Amino acid sequence: MDIISIIFILAGTFFFATATLGLLRFPDFYTRMHATGKGDTLGAFLSLIGLALYNLHDGMSFDALLVSIKIMFIAIFMFVANPTATHAITKAGLDCKVEPWTKKESSQ
Amino acid sequence: MRYIITFFILFLNWAIWSGKFDAFHLALGGISCLIVTYTTHDLLFERKQFSFKDITEVIRLIIYIPWLIYQIVLANIHVASLVLNPRMPIDPKMIRFKTKLKKDISLVTFANSITLTPGTITADITDGEYYVHALNKKVADDLLSGEMENRVAHVFMED
Repeated sequence: MDIISIIFILAGTFFFATATLGLLRFPDFYTRMHATGKGDTLGAFLSLIGLALYNLHDGMSFDALLVSIKIMFIAIFMFVANPTATHAITKAGLDCKVEPWTKKESSQ
Repeated sequence: MRYIITFFILFLNWAIWSGKFDAFHLALGGISCLIVTYTTHDLLFERKQFSFKDITEVIRLIIYIPWLIYQIVLANIHVASLVLNPRMPIDPKMIRFKTKLKKDISLVTFANSITLTPGTITADITDGEYYVHALNKKVADDLLSGEMENRVAHVFMED
């Protein structure tokens, strides 16, 4: 159980790291939204699953199960809230007429 | 009918979040759930009548979610490889396409699914037309193949 939760948390951290690296490397506003908006969702989801499993590592008592269910509720909430927030920020950028970066412009 | 369902959902939430199962706390929760149900019963379910179709929709949605998570993991690995690639081979562009979906709930589910799968963000929906910002050609083609749209249509019985 410990090993499985460690794998989950490590995978979550990996996706968090690539999300942050993408934020630093990508060229413009929209592409940066790609990196952070979604790497974070999967990263947080995997980390929370890892925590929920780790919480059960010394026996499946009722209280521990309840805490794990609460952690999974946070994960479900992030799954709904994160794409909505990403969409809202992107739409705000579009409404303010932020020009998307394209490959052709950069080669000129 | 919708009073009863709303009450049960609220009460289940109360029980899980409070974590106390003695008579005092459950009674307190029951009273507050009754008040909240009375004031907000029309927010959760708009329709008064329920049919067999609604249960099928919920079951199909539950089947849809694991497929979505699988797609998210695949696409996240793809984006991670793009980020870690030193040459960073991205070619972002805006794409727009018509959708066949009609119901509000299926439009929202599809838009959130697009945003969740990395490489694509829904920027706007106007009159059944999606504006999507795609990170490169592969993810755009994946989206335009319409598999996800068909699955969402299947979940909400629009096919």
